Amino acid sequence: MVELVIFALMGAVALAGAIGVVRARNPVYGAMGLMATLFALAVFYVVHLAHFVAVVQVIVYAGAVITLFLFVIMFVGVDRAEDLTEKLPVQRPVALIVLVGVVVLAGALVVTGRFDWVIASGEPPVVRGTIEEIGENLISVGPPSDRQASRWLLPFEATSLLLIVAAVGAIALAFYRPRRKDESPADPDPGPGS
Amino acid sequence: MDWIDVGLVALRVVVIFGLLQVVTILLIWFERKVVADMQNRIGPDRAGPWGILQTVADGLKLFFKEQVTPRKVEFGLYLAAPMLAAVPAFLMFMVVPFGRPVRINLGGEDRLIPIQGADLNVGLLYVLAMSSVAVYAVVLAGWSSGSKYPLLGGVRATAQAISYEAAMGLSLVPVVLFTGSLRLSEIVASQSGSLTFFGQVLSLPAWNVFVLAPSFLIFFIAAVAETNRAPFDLVEAEQEIVGGFHTEYSGLRFALFFLAEYINIFTMSGLAVTLFLGGWSGPTWDGTLPLVVSAVLPTVWFLLKVTVFLFMYVWLRATLPRLRYDQLMTLGWKRLIPASLVWLFFIGGAMAVRQFGLPWG
Repeated sequence: MVELVIFALMGAVALAGAIGVVRARNPVYGAMGLMATLFALAVFYVVHLAHFVAVVQVIVYAGAVITLFLFVIMFVGVDRAEDLTEKLPVQRPVALIVLVGVVVLAGALVVTGRFDWVIASGEPPVVRGTIEEIGENLISVGPPSDRQASRWLLPFEATSLLLIVAAVGAIALAFYRPRRKDESPADPDPGPGS
Repeated sequence: MDWIDVGLVALRVVVIFGLLQVVTILLIWFERKVVADMQNRIGPDRAGPWGILQTVADGLKLFFKEQVTPRKVEFGLYLAAPMLAAVPAFLMFMVVPFGRPVRINLGGEDRLIPIQGADLNVGLLYVLAMSSVAVYAVVLAGWSSGSKYPLLGGVRATAQAISYEAAMGLSLVPVVLFTGSLRLSEIVASQSGSLTFFGQVLSLPAWNVFVLAPSFLIFFIAAVAETNRAPFDLVEAEQEIVGGFHTEYSGLRFALFFLAEYINIFTMSGLAVTLFLGGWSGPTWDGTLPLVVSAVLPTVWFLLKVTVFLFMYVWLRATLPRLRYDQLMTLGWKRLIPASLVWLFFIGGAMAVRQFGLPWG
């Protein structure tokens, strides 16, 4: 019961924060929305008794990452008018397609009741907070027969791959300049990317 | 977990909430008195005996003052910033144990009541998390005020907090290595008894400060910087940026910033005592003294040790000039962080040798 109430409250906070990140006109409010979402996620971790993950989430994301965001926003200045023309005209249709896919998938899950797809079947993993256990679960590579040792190795590496892809994508987006018609191919100002 | 437990938790939270405010009142008076003595002045002496009620009078004045709101502020964040300062300050002290756990029979059951808000198994990390959240107050106050000096203060605060958080975190790692726990009550328990050094029992308490003195020094310097106190008060720097982030605040909103600052000083002193000076441990003469006295004595020891640190905070403020900005950054990045890394390397090596023996042995 208590878990349900906390889930409903914090889920609302997380969603509101996420919407705030996207909708806020002012990047500082966007950063604050992101912080609200991350805090709500930290509360979810606490409810799952993963205290260590919750605290590290607050230290790393709320403490370091968003502080850096704010630092950059302050230096760049938020008063400057943003250029709101879209550089990637395909992204809206693609987002719509992905959204429809997610909704269909979620609906199918609810209708068929096959929740063992998302939750590992059998005994739910006990999340305890000691550093040794976390390290063992995440990165220790045992023999292939020992399923316990490297259980989370693949998701862990996949997450790091995702982070690298995100970083490369951010750099690519920052340096992306649409080529104008009147410009000659030999651009006299190659821009900061080259 | 029955209703008595819930009530006990609520009671502890309320007690700590009240304690921190009383401490703030006394601490501001203490600071003004000590600084006055050091500068050969008298200091506050009108309100109450020795002027001890001066802070109460000041607080009441701030309570009734008009809260001026400049025209160019971002109102939402401008209003939220003082609250964001006060809340983490209160939350951070919740994990600091300030007394020996008491065993009381309540509701037909023997209950062990820890004298601390919550005994978290990740207590030390929780403190770091809260201290990093506290930065937002200064940053947002500086930005949302819509004026130059607060913005400069906010930018300085961000840079300073990020730099010194690293040093502080690194200075705590040897403590965790040494005690093997992030739980503050266990860190206190590991410092009870006498110090043994290479099998010799010395007539010194087993406080971490005797073994981890460099960590203690780095932690204390970083703690002064984290609380934005002199000589690291570039964030406020009256002579350069007119008070920095709180320039545009007045009345109760300003009082909240002030409250948070002094609570943070108290918490950091309490942490230094807990991590390095044995926390509440001290002689209690169990059995010879009445029960109530030996139950309260640990809290008295804790407060006495904390007072030493509070005096050092005030002493630093009264004697040291403010650092220049480049000196601040040099001290943080080129002195404290390398020093704590070298010391961590050394401690790690020593621990490994103690556990596994010499590599060639």
